[in-house]
Amino acid sequence: METIADFEIQYSQFLDPAGKPSADIPELARDTGKLIDMYRHMVQTRVFDTKAINLQRTGKLGTYASCLGHEATHVGLAAAMQKDDVLAPSYREYGAMLYRGVRMSEILLYWGGDERGSDFEGPKHDFPFCVPIATQCLHAAGAAMAFQLRGEARCAVSVNGDGGTSEGAFYEAMNIAGARKLPVVFAVVNNKWAISVPIELQTASKTLAQKAVAAGIPGIQVDGNDVIAVRHWVERALARARNGEGPTLVEAVTYRLSDHTTADDASRYRKKAEVEAAWKLEPLIRLRQYLADIGAWNEKKEKALLQEVAANVDAEVQRYLNMPKQPIEAMFDYMYRDLPEFLEEQRDHAIQYGDSDGGHHG
Amino acid sequence: MRFSTATPMVAIMVEMTLIDAVTTALAWELDHDPRVVVLGEDVGVNGGVFRATAGLQARFGADRVQDTPLAEGMIAGVAIGMAAQGMIPVPEIQFMGFIYPTVDQLISHAGRLRNRTRGRMSCPMVLRAPFGGGIHAPEHHSESTEALFAHMPGIRVVIPSSPARAYGLLLAAIRDPDPVVFLEPKRIYRLNKQNVEDNGKALPLDVCYTLRQGSDITIVTWGAMTFETLKAADQLAKSNISCEVIDLATISPIDYETILESVEKTGRLVIVHEAARSCGVGAEVAAIVAEKGLYDLKAPIRRVTGYDVVMPLFRREMDYMPSVSKIADAVRETLED
Repeated sequence: METIADFEIQYSQFLDPAGKPSADIPELARDTGKLIDMYRHMVQTRVFDTKAINLQRTGKLGTYASCLGHEATHVGLAAAMQKDDVLAPSYREYGAMLYRGVRMSEILLYWGGDERGSDFEGPKHDFPFCVPIATQCLHAAGAAMAFQLRGEARCAVSVNGDGGTSEGAFYEAMNIAGARKLPVVFAVVNNKWAISVPIELQTASKTLAQKAVAAGIPGIQVDGNDVIAVRHWVERALARARNGEGPTLVEAVTYRLSDHTTADDASRYRKKAEVEAAWKLEPLIRLRQYLADIGAWNEKKEKALLQEVAANVDAEVQRYLNMPKQPIEAMFDYMYRDLPEFLEEQRDHAIQYGDSDGGHHG
Repeated sequence: MRFSTATPMVAIMVEMTLIDAVTTALAWELDHDPRVVVLGEDVGVNGGVFRATAGLQARFGADRVQDTPLAEGMIAGVAIGMAAQGMIPVPEIQFMGFIYPTVDQLISHAGRLRNRTRGRMSCPMVLRAPFGGGIHAPEHHSESTEALFAHMPGIRVVIPSSPARAYGLLLAAIRDPDPVVFLEPKRIYRLNKQNVEDNGKALPLDVCYTLRQGSDITIVTWGAMTFETLKAADQLAKSNISCEVIDLATISPIDYETILESVEKTGRLVIVHEAARSCGVGAEVAAIVAEKGLYDLKAPIRRVTGYDVVMPLFRREMDYMPSVSKIADAVRETLED
């Protein structure tokens, strides 16, 4: 017998939970402007998320999936992308989506039961939220096929969770991406929990990054609470992809500090001590500490930032709350480019009953 | 398979089978629209297991006619990703029996993308698959499950039943801005030849095609069953029974007007399909005639269909399917009612 294949999975962290460098800080982090930009987006995401939960609790929003704890992973991967790249998110990547120009009011509209939430003003070519788990990995691979065919220097990035790595679509996407050297990055947000199923029950794999090995593509595990590590490795993966060297899997290890959604109660299946321990690793504190240590941040700046993002959130919440419902016929009018005749009758019927039953036309 | 070498403005009539027509239509679109990409298992070098893509990779290159890894859900999923980013993918699923992994992608994404983004994105793609029984194929290679796809909002389902309609409807499907499931009745892939002008002219979707005018009874059918039905109509004509035969062609959305007008004229309706009866597309046709044309009916509607059983292996497959005598008998019974 001889060993004919072997693999190693690297782990990377630049900032430890206390904000102290645990490895040589990469080039991007020497640019204080970049670090502050990411910190601002992380804080913005956290404040937005907190507000969204409040809106749900007060009956102004439907079920909402919080991204608490994922801020570094989201912002780091989006900051690594270029504007023309395409993001194929799941349903929780607000930090990434906001960074790329999706509006907070659009995210609220989506969870507030209005399809216009996926009609982004900003990144027109980004895929909308994806709820069926890991199916978006294939859309990212397909987008990358389109870019490759047209000879465009663009990449696609899909994001799915630890649970998503059990899905066939995840493997299938990595497999064709590897075979074709597609310009795509598969970001896996390992937040340890798929609703109530812990990672130990999800897989016997020691890392999720090693799931790349069978597809013949590189996989790396990074500290998903370290925005520098996420951005650095996703940037490297994108540069590689743009250079025709093919896809990469980047596993970002973080923790879902919230319930799965507002309809969930994680205390039913998760120990308090585990969550408390995870809070000590959360992403905002370490970056703030690091910025303070290098003299780029202080109490005054923090206070001003919090005021600024709160005002942004309030304005977007107002925009959301002021948005009238769509007309009834909107449910028909986007099914096909041209409404087939048989739907006209149903459309008229819906309009008629919407009015007589007290529905609103906006 | 022959390709036109004439100058583009000179359309020539070519005698071709249904599968030749599929190849010819694919070639036309590959030639005239750089966004079109054919992809699937064995569609490239091998030209498809039924030869539907024969010669296309050699002519258009491996970028435009792509052999993919073997995963049908993947084929549908990447096609959606390509379509959303400006391409027009035409994926082939080798047999309908292997189409089910695509269902998640079709129902969750292809049929919803335009709607859920309020038109920001769309999904112009044509998922082709051969379907149906009668060719003595192995297990899982003979079913007709078009109704599954007809039930998906936002997905068009189109079934050609002649070389000319295969050519014209496939062109229309590829040019349609929304997703189409294009099911090819493989039993009649090579059953007959027809002169088809390779002129790039599409036929309309969302309409029925009346294959034979008649006055006593309307028979609605599609796919390979058009042949059985026309044979039955010939036979019945000898007994002075005049059948109007309508090819549904677009299974979803259904052109009800043509059917209702015909039933208004004949007063009688028989529906013929290979697929199992319960919740089949025939049930939808019967329901709409019951809702909108009941008073035109002189007799109850009859359905001649596959049975609600697992499709038998091929020693008994023809006993499962509608036959000329089953159809003719149903017509006679309906006329006696």
